[in-house]
Amino acid sequence: MKLHTISINNLKRRKAKMAFLTIGLMVGIATIVILMTLTSSMSRDIEHKMEEFGANILITPQSNGLSMNYGGIGLGGVTFDQREIREEDLAAIKTIANNKNISAIAPKVLGGIQIGKHDVLLVGVHFDSELKMKQWWRIFGEAPATDNQLLLGSDASKVLNVSSGDTLQIKGETFKVSGVLEQTGSQDDALVFASLKKAQDLLGKQGRITLAEVAALCSGCPISDMVTQIAEKLPDAKVSAIQQVVEGRLKTLDQFKRFSYAMAGVVVFIGSLIVFVTMMGSVNERTTEIGVFRAIGFRKKHIMRIILFEAALVSLLAGCLGYLIGMGGAALALPLMAESKNAHVAWDATVAGGSVGLALLLGLLASLYPALHASKMDPTEALRAL
Amino acid sequence: MALIEINNLKKHYTSGEDTIEALAGVDISIEAGEFITIMGHSGSGKSTLLSVLGGMNHPTAGEVEMAGVKLYDLPGEELADFRAQHLGFVFQSFHLLPYLTAVENVMLPLAIVKMSTHDKKSAACKALEQVGLGAKTDRLPNQLSGGEQERVAIARAIVNNPHILLADEPTGNLDSTTSEHVMALFRELNDAGQTIVMVTHNAENGRYADRTIALRDGKVVNS
Repeated sequence: MKLHTISINNLKRRKAKMAFLTIGLMVGIATIVILMTLTSSMSRDIEHKMEEFGANILITPQSNGLSMNYGGIGLGGVTFDQREIREEDLAAIKTIANNKNISAIAPKVLGGIQIGKHDVLLVGVHFDSELKMKQWWRIFGEAPATDNQLLLGSDASKVLNVSSGDTLQIKGETFKVSGVLEQTGSQDDALVFASLKKAQDLLGKQGRITLAEVAALCSGCPISDMVTQIAEKLPDAKVSAIQQVVEGRLKTLDQFKRFSYAMAGVVVFIGSLIVFVTMMGSVNERTTEIGVFRAIGFRKKHIMRIILFEAALVSLLAGCLGYLIGMGGAALALPLMAESKNAHVAWDATVAGGSVGLALLLGLLASLYPALHASKMDPTEALRAL
Repeated sequence: MALIEINNLKKHYTSGEDTIEALAGVDISIEAGEFITIMGHSGSGKSTLLSVLGGMNHPTAGEVEMAGVKLYDLPGEELADFRAQHLGFVFQSFHLLPYLTAVENVMLPLAIVKMSTHDKKSAACKALEQVGLGAKTDRLPNQLSGGEQERVAIARAIVNNPHILLADEPTGNLDSTTSEHVMALFRELNDAGQTIVMVTHNAENGRYADRTIALRDGKVVNS
């Protein structure tokens, strides 16, 4: 017989009340778990989409040029002081504070070149990073593996009348068309892609690049901070964010998160109130019992320990059940809330530990006053018979 | 020196503007090993006297000295410790915990004592055997008769070998035959050296005691 034996036996006796108390707290915890898990899964889903969407930071040479563009119709530009980005400068990007959020850096060199009778825009890229960034590309044939291979946009292949496996002559050199892009509906359709080094040679721009695209994983990091950090590292470059769509989604998610936290707060408050009222009722029902405890020599701290141990046991149970039910609820709700079919609920030890810890904290806090009230009961009043 | 010395004990209750004098200057001396019954009509102050003796009801004036300790001079929770170490209580309504078995109820005072569970159980079983319930240790209170529940309550009161056993109307809820058995049990305990102070309204119980103290209007009328 120890103090906790009394607590455990009392819980067994008052099954209905304790079940009510457990359910009250469990609903609160489950709600928090559902909301937290949903927002975190949706964040991951959007993060994944950001990768699919490709670049979200664009690095171009700094210039004092004025864009002459109206309604999407370009009229050329007036350039006063065109600076260049050197390929070696890009290494500095990997030293920014948020470097862990950089998924890929894709430098490009652009220039007009003649192939046969046609003027085309040649783009030199690192195919590894380009393919990682543009996961929507579908290639008929293979991606170029050597410097003497080309990848053509669908329109370019039609105009040049070549397909995968054919050869092309550029400035006296022979190139093999290793693959042709499926129609993308973007500017990529009209381009001819070569390896960065070969394109620099052909365009006479050795060691220089025209622009670089950076893909960042940024549900947790602010893109604007990364833009600033990169701009500091590349003072001669213009760094801008091209992430309006994703940012809009992140803002919506942020609003949902805030709403979730507010809702979770209300549910937790109600759960705590249920614990408080139930424990207070339980203490008042046990007035005589507490009187007996005091009469036989239990100290106030012993009474408190009995009440708080009961609260702790119930809270632990509510925390565990709340976590499991919350995860189940999140798994059911996620397909309705997330846009991607790949979104999934992840089992997170921090959320599990946090749920049980929060339940324990709430249970104990809400039971503190009832426990104090019990410990201060006058044994003579409590027993009345004496 | 007597085991219990009560000097000029007064206890007043106030209800609105009225003051009720439950104890109006009580002087009693009880020796170790005595079996005392306190008798009186309803409102005579006998239950108040027992609660003051039990260290649960601070007197308005006067002193209670037990085993050389001035009870109400003890600071804070030391009074609770004194109850745990020196006093045993038997209540009129038994006040057994319905969710604990007989042996668990008897072990209750030992829950705050540093002893192994095995030793606690042995002590509780011994106390239950002493009151004749050695064969019903695992019964819940609702599986026991009124007399048996009273015996469990007595076993709970004596399990920690208290100096003084305080009993409040222990036969108040029992039929006459069972009452006699319970009183005989108290007599046996007293014969074994246990000091007993019992409040009762039943004059028949007085014949089991060494001495009867009669109270009327908060005063001792014979001792």
